[in-house]
Amino acid sequence: MAEQLAKAENRSTEKTAPQTAVDMPLLRIERVTKRFGNFSAVNQLSLEIRAGEFFALLGPSGCGKTTLLRMLAGFETPDEGRILLGGRDIAQVMPHERPVNMMFQNYALFPHLSVHDNIAFGLRRAGMARAEIAARVAEMVALVKLDGLERRKPDQLSGGQRQRVALARSLARRPQVLLLDEPLAALDKKLRESTQGELMELQRRLGLTFIIVTHDQEEAMTMASRIGVMDAGRLAQVATPRDLYEAPASRWVAEFVGDVNLFEGQVISSEQGRLKVTTREAGIVTVAEPRQPVTKAIVTIAIRPEKIKLSRRGLASGADALQAINRFEGEVAEINYLGGLTAYRIRLDNGTMVRSVMANTARLDADGYGSSDRVAAWFAPDDGVVLEQ
Amino acid sequence: MSTRRIFARPARYATIAPYLWMALFFLVPFGFVLKISLSQTAIAQPPYTPVFDLGEGWEAFKAAFEQLSLDNFRLLLSDNLYILSYLRSLVVAVTSTLILLVIGYPIAYGMARLPQRWQGIAMILVIVPFWTSFLIRIYAWINILQHDGLLNQILLALHLVSGPVAWLSTDTAMYIGIVYSYLPFMILPLYATLAKMDRTLLEAAEDLGASPAKAFWLVTFPLSLPGVGAGVLLCVIPIVGEFVIPDLLAGSNSLMIGQTLWLEFFTNKDWPVASAVAIALLLLLVPPLLLYDRLQRRQIEGGR
Repeated sequence: MAEQLAKAENRSTEKTAPQTAVDMPLLRIERVTKRFGNFSAVNQLSLEIRAGEFFALLGPSGCGKTTLLRMLAGFETPDEGRILLGGRDIAQVMPHERPVNMMFQNYALFPHLSVHDNIAFGLRRAGMARAEIAARVAEMVALVKLDGLERRKPDQLSGGQRQRVALARSLARRPQVLLLDEPLAALDKKLRESTQGELMELQRRLGLTFIIVTHDQEEAMTMASRIGVMDAGRLAQVATPRDLYEAPASRWVAEFVGDVNLFEGQVISSEQGRLKVTTREAGIVTVAEPRQPVTKAIVTIAIRPEKIKLSRRGLASGADALQAINRFEGEVAEINYLGGLTAYRIRLDNGTMVRSVMANTARLDADGYGSSDRVAAWFAPDDGVVLEQ
Repeated sequence: MSTRRIFARPARYATIAPYLWMALFFLVPFGFVLKISLSQTAIAQPPYTPVFDLGEGWEAFKAAFEQLSLDNFRLLLSDNLYILSYLRSLVVAVTSTLILLVIGYPIAYGMARLPQRWQGIAMILVIVPFWTSFLIRIYAWINILQHDGLLNQILLALHLVSGPVAWLSTDTAMYIGIVYSYLPFMILPLYATLAKMDRTLLEAAEDLGASPAKAFWLVTFPLSLPGVGAGVLLCVIPIVGEFVIPDLLAGSNSLMIGQTLWLEFFTNKDWPVASAVAIALLLLLVPPLLLYDRLQRRQIEGGR
């Protein structure tokens, strides 16, 4: 069943998508600007999305991610720039004439129509034959596991069921691009996690292009193949989840995605692939030199908390000399037990607070760190990221 | 547990208030009217018999009770003056309500789509005529519609007519007056349903391939039906019993039931027949009232 679906889907996209070069992106956003009064919600933004991608737009509220999505759907018209879908500029095309569908944050199900009629709504508008509509609706109902609920009205469904109807309705027309506006925001945590998995599975199976807007970075990390982080109407970084976390492009991205320790200071030397920086917060820090040569004198070193290891004072004296380079002494100021992990805040002797996260690998941890324990915090030079902005 | 009981008690008494209100100001007077409608007219004070007087004892009361009859209702059915009045009332009510719907819906729709801060102003503009006495507004229409009134002056100035048109004492004048007077009652419930409607539903419809016009017919209109129902019944019911507007603006050759009732009561001084007309009118209006109640309940359930 699933294979048949995927095959059918591939065939239909082959038919509808214009023949384009293999490398050409499905969706190309070119220097798009949208202003509301004097405020630029989206500012000279460019982005390319390939067919079959699961792309996430991530950002704080008001960063312009929803405005960008609404421009893709056609509910807003860009003031400047082009939006090319399969080579055609759709920036001025009306929403009902775009081969794009959207799943709304509040689902926007038609309250006066049954589940069946909600899903069939788009198919009827497309002028499909009655029998074909019935078949497609049945297929969609099975796809999102809503069997037996076809005659219900939206107010007779649970939140999770409503979400599935919205998904089925937006997928029914087999759009070239499916836009999802915070699709899981209204679900509780457990349901959200299982739905994340189902969405990914569905996207892979149908081979569709998904663009999801979310403010939840875990959600973006889990589902997306690539993430665009937006800040103040611009893309701060577009990268895979791993690169976004391990190689943030800027201080802002490093701080927005996950937790981070930041040390700012002056470059004092660069030799043998090692960069020495004298920082206000932690004295001299040694990190691996980035691939691109450092051009600025003042840089920021970013280290993720889980890369800062703790050891008891004295125990590490015989540790690897290389690792002993970035070694700071202090005491445990705060312990947050999180189940799988424990988050520590260490007050270094010069007063700087450093965050460290350690996995709780043993059930009985008699040797664990207690409040006010003297500890050494250290990290490997390869674990520090040099940020120039 | 005990605190809940303390709070529950005044709340339970409060639910009695509307029933008490209904009993005092509807059921009791209704009982009087019903009783008079079953009596016979008499040249006396009050002008009907029998008169119940509990002071004269149980036997006299029983004798009086036996004098009650349905004669007046039989009269209503036998004389087509009454049936024609009822029919005319229904025709006028239905026709003017349809006109009201056709005029009121676009206005309410336009209001609901105004920017938020303009909606309040538009609402005040709809209600503002209420600040002037209803009678004065109808007299103003007499002024506008009379032989040398504003309407004829404009039509003559624009050379649309060759001589003054007789507007007054016609059905047209009556319809103008009714539509003018009841328009706010049509607009306000329509506006209330249209304004609270989720705009993303329209976006969803357009996203799924419906043109804006299609989206209106498939989403906005069906979802506004409870408002249409409320507006229609808010207009139909009082228009059926309307007296002042047809009396002042329409001709005197055919009467609405409100006018017939007035004639029976004040000109013929026939209280029993007038009461029977009133009771029959009420019975005529009960079905639409029940319908309205059902619609409203469905709307409340739908809004949940």
